[in-house]
Amino acid sequence: MTTYQDDHPQPLMKHPTMTIGYYPGCSLKGTAKEYDRSLRAILGALGVELREIEDWNCCGASSAHAVSRLLATALPARNINLAAAQNYGEILAPCAACYNRLVAAKREIEQHAAVRQSVEYVLEEPFRPGVEIRNLIEFFERIGTETIAAAVRRPLQGLSAACYYGCLLVRPPEITRFDDAETPSSMERIVQATGAKTVEWRFKTECCGAAHSIARKDIVLDLSRQILDDARASGADLIVVACPMCHSNLDMRQASMRVRNGGRRSVPVVYLSELVGYALGFDARTLGLDLHFIDPAPALAKVQGKEVPA
Amino acid sequence: MSDTLHPSLADRIARLTGQHPFLCYQCGKCSAGCPVRAFTELAPNRVVRLVQLGFDKEALQAPSAWLCAGCMTCTTRCPKGFDLAGFMDCVRQIGRQENVPLPEKKIRRFHEAFLRQVERFGRAFELGLVAEYKMASGDLMQDVDMAPAMVLKGKLGFFPHRVNNPAAIRRLFQRVAEAERK
Ligand code: SF4
Ligand code: SF4
Repeated sequence: MTTYQDDHPQPLMKHPTMTIGYYPGCSLKGTAKEYDRSLRAILGALGVELREIEDWNCCGASSAHAVSRLLATALPARNINLAAAQNYGEILAPCAACYNRLVAAKREIEQHAAVRQSVEYVLEEPFRPGVEIRNLIEFFERIGTETIAAAVRRPLQGLSAACYYGCLLVRPPEITRFDDAETPSSMERIVQATGAKTVEWRFKTECCGAAHSIARKDIVLDLSRQILDDARASGADLIVVACPMCHSNLDMRQASMRVRNGGRRSVPVVYLSELVGYALGFDARTLGLDLHFIDPAPALAKVQGKEVPA
Repeated sequence: MSDTLHPSLADRIARLTGQHPFLCYQCGKCSAGCPVRAFTELAPNRVVRLVQLGFDKEALQAPSAWLCAGCMTCTTRCPKGFDLAGFMDCVRQIGRQENVPLPEKKIRRFHEAFLRQVERFGRAFELGLVAEYKMASGDLMQDVDMAPAMVLKGKLGFFPHRVNNPAAIRRLFQRVAEAERK
């Protein structure tokens, strides 16, 4: 396989580099570091500068709203205020759970005066409205599928992908408001821009049980296995995700599933940013594709597209 | 009914969420799509029914709300526009305030361990979280099989990432507690 380590694509956006506030969230600093790594590599190449929001804190994930509605709103609100104070009109939250919490908190504060009042009491400052929060799919849509297609150096022809959205990217629709909640297709359009084929399958918005990944592993193994089985049955070579929690459940837990449910073909699970990066010509290590439990190399070896010279 | 709280759970949920549980007309569409339905005896719509009928303690003690994965499928599909996921959050929150024995200890210990990490560092520190959860739950074997591979891949850091000023986050937690007491 050819590597392109020293041959990164040049920025393609027609306007000068745009600077976006980056909210990596806790997972991208640890178990999902390849998600962070691949994003930083490719967005630079697409003319976007990511700047981490100074002093961001955890959004509280699924634990804060199990315990306190106010805590679950105040933790994300602090980050939105930090972003506004640091002059970001737009932030990218690549973790689907963080994205959902940030958008839900913002909406609650903007729509309910009482919530806003309590949050401002907790933060000891006024809430600053006006920051747009985007997930990775919306972000790629903003860059544009034509721009991405034009930047492809290694077309992914020959590869077929199952796009997995899970829960929090698309639900509830009043909050996420960017694609159909039951049959979304925005991720497919981005994957198709790389030259890969996408499959039709039934489980793309089913829940993997991430909230219980540690305390009730049995539930997670069952739910995730059904998702993997459906992806296998659809004939996909790999699953594409845009959430670190979905990724760790689907990738890391395949060995435990084999112990529980017997041998099944393993299915590699890659981040959308990794797949796009691979098509843009980045080498596997730069993107962190070597950090997965199920090695995606055999699937990626199916790529037949001819290299496009830069 | 001796099982009804005062004020009733239905009224408290209505006040806290802005949605009265009587909105639900028990069609069951939520439960049909619920991913954890198979793991709990009491389907999500039946928890709403308990609250409607005043079986407040039963609703708080049923594992259903604690098993809810927050996937929002129910909220998305409800023909009455009832936010059942928000209702489940509220049942858990009130359950913690009431003096009733709660189900699903491991799940509760996990959330508590997670939030202690956030309160201490401002961010969740995965290795610390797993260690703290194991101590609190007694679930010592959880994921020992995966830890070495994760350390090798550099995915499980040994040191927490912190915010610059952890005291500010501790203060945020304190003020949440104060606001909730008011
Ligand atoms: S779908 Fe809505 S109305 Fe129907 S049972 Fe569930 S919560 Fe009630
Ligand atoms: S949010 Fe909870 S109750 Fe609703 S469908 Fe998902 S797991 Fe079931």
